[in-house]
Amino acid sequence: MSNKLISEMGLPASIANVFAARNVLTAKDALSLPEFDLVALLGLDLDQVRSAVARISEIACPPCRTALSLLEDRARSACHLPTRLRGLDDALCGGIPFGALTELVGPSGIGKTQFCLKLALLAAMPTCYGGLNGRIIYMDTESKFNSSRLIEIGKSSFPHIFQSEGMAQEMAGRIVVLRPSSLSEFTESLQQIKLMILRHDVKLLIVDSMAAILLGDNERSTTVQKQHSWRWPLSFLKSLAEFSQIPIVVTNQVRSQNNDEVFHYSFQAQKNDTSKTSERLESHLTAALGIQWAHAVTIRLIFEAHSGQRFIKVSKSPTSPAVAFPFVVESSGISLLSHDGLEVTGAEICTIHCQDQDTTFLTRGPSHTLIFDASLQQFSWLGNIANRDVDQASRIETSPSSIFLDLLLTYHSCFKCEIDQTICIWLHKFLLLLQLLIEVGQT
Amino acid sequence: MSETSRFRSTEGSHGALKGAQTAWDMLSEEQMQKHITTGCEELDAILGGGIHCKEVTEVGGVPGIGKTQLGIQLTVNVQIPVECGGLGGKAVYIDTEGSFMVERAHQIAEGCISDLLDNTAHRLKDFPACPERLQPNSFLSNIFYFRICSYTEQIATINYLEKFLEEQKDVKIIVVDSITFHFRQDFDDLALRTRVLSGMSLKLMSFAKKYSLAVVLLNQVTTKFVEGSFHLTLALGDTWSHACTNRIILQSV
Repeated sequence: MSNKLISEMGLPASIANVFAARNVLTAKDALSLPEFDLVALLGLDLDQVRSAVARISEIACPPCRTALSLLEDRARSACHLPTRLRGLDDALCGGIPFGALTELVGPSGIGKTQFCLKLALLAAMPTCYGGLNGRIIYMDTESKFNSSRLIEIGKSSFPHIFQSEGMAQEMAGRIVVLRPSSLSEFTESLQQIKLMILRHDVKLLIVDSMAAILLGDNERSTTVQKQHSWRWPLSFLKSLAEFSQIPIVVTNQVRSQNNDEVFHYSFQAQKNDTSKTSERLESHLTAALGIQWAHAVTIRLIFEAHSGQRFIKVSKSPTSPAVAFPFVVESSGISLLSHDGLEVTGAEICTIHCQDQDTTFLTRGPSHTLIFDASLQQFSWLGNIANRDVDQASRIETSPSSIFLDLLLTYHSCFKCEIDQTICIWLHKFLLLLQLLIEVGQT
Repeated sequence: MSETSRFRSTEGSHGALKGAQTAWDMLSEEQMQKHITTGCEELDAILGGGIHCKEVTEVGGVPGIGKTQLGIQLTVNVQIPVECGGLGGKAVYIDTEGSFMVERAHQIAEGCISDLLDNTAHRLKDFPACPERLQPNSFLSNIFYFRICSYTEQIATINYLEKFLEEQKDVKIIVVDSITFHFRQDFDDLALRTRVLSGMSLKLMSFAKKYSLAVVLLNQVTTKFVEGSFHLTLALGDTWSHACTNRIILQSV
């Protein structure tokens, strides 16, 4: 509405002509100047300018609605994409809301991509099974999208649908994956997506991850420049969500907070509060995109791991209290261990833990994560073969990674009694090399 | 109430000076004035009874701290009927971020009503008309909602409110959630931004005075580099910090 032409607003002809002559053409031009600047620029009386501005404002102003009519609108059509995680859906009043930006933050390998894949499937499902029956655009900036994992999630969560002929193809056929490699490519594809959303039945947009694309490009530029180049995608995504009324889900990485930034989340008055400082030093992870970004998202879910368990925390939401849900990643995607959220108090809701000392992430591939769990003295394999320990997994002959696992088992038995940090690191390097070899071999 | 006292003051000895008031008149007016409760007794006490009408209050805090919650709560609390000790007014909610969730407003209205029924049941007996009004939906129908998608629309809406308030005299609170967002995203000329913003805040202040209503502006936080370390501070700069009468910063401990 900000681009409405002043000439079409029914102002008196003499005044409209003056606006046109001074190149004040749209509502945006006129309203972004203070009244006195307009008086000076147009050479009109203050009263004339005021009445003209009042008229322009009235037309450029969005319509007024009562909250009751909004509620009635909501009741008429679906306005949430259910995540099928009951506790989380309850907390979010039904799921991921339409027309808003939802952000997933967490350390790598925690399950953000798994969550996104599941959401994509849910949105692709036919309406009779509770889906949105629409297309999905999946912006995969980290090359983590894995279609076989997608089908696996589908097969184990909705066996009745995916076993019927052709359904898997139909579902997967609705998910359009884009892999932009730079910020300029990303912005370009956003423009195209806007058109696509207008033309097709796009029901969900996922950007996994936003941080990779925004941070990756500007490594050498200053913070100010960075913030500047972020602004556009940020406000574009927000307005896209608003005008198309689809849910937009973005993921964000974490980075470690350096010591300078210990005060990052405190106001000036708290400068000398040392007890807080030590507390903050412990939880040294923070979302990779800063505070301005955090203000702009409507819902922020934090994925984290501590005390031997993984949690989804509802860190920012206009509808939910501060709660955390323990979860595990299974072959059917993420599932909650309990549907009653644990209440989280104080600043705890904003912190991101990844201090699961028992668990060491050994290697990460696009579809699988290998985890060493020291407390259980076992390796576990997340992804294609989800959450089973190595002994079980190795029995699956058909798995492409079985050679890999065999090797691993040998090493497991070698170091069974005395596995320490150095060996883990050494193993990690070895495994990365192995993985590389396997990938080369496959292609 | 405030109308009569203003009327009296213009009749007085200083009547020649248009709009002038003695400090004594202002005091008695202030004592007569009802405040909008925030729903939290401690906060009300700090603010001197709640959010004041005729004043601009700014609320800031880190993302997810509860600024929007407070905003929605105020739009509900302003509607507490006069018989129950409230203002019985209506509310304007200007949403620039899309975070107003009507389901949540419904929940808050329900909570507010059940609180009222518990606490003031004895008083309500004398007002049989009340229970019909005490429905969540009637609360929601008194919240006027504007969804803003650019700073032009934000300026336009605030200009348009002048006309809107003329028609809707019962509006007792204007909540802007948040004042910052679009100005922070799209406005490049910072000097011009400051002037446009101060024009906007003057306008809001004049509404507050003219219609005896409360203006609540929600603001985002930003980082500021002071004396070698980063601090949090409210966005929009130092000039803006003069625009508001009260400033509340929400923080978790």
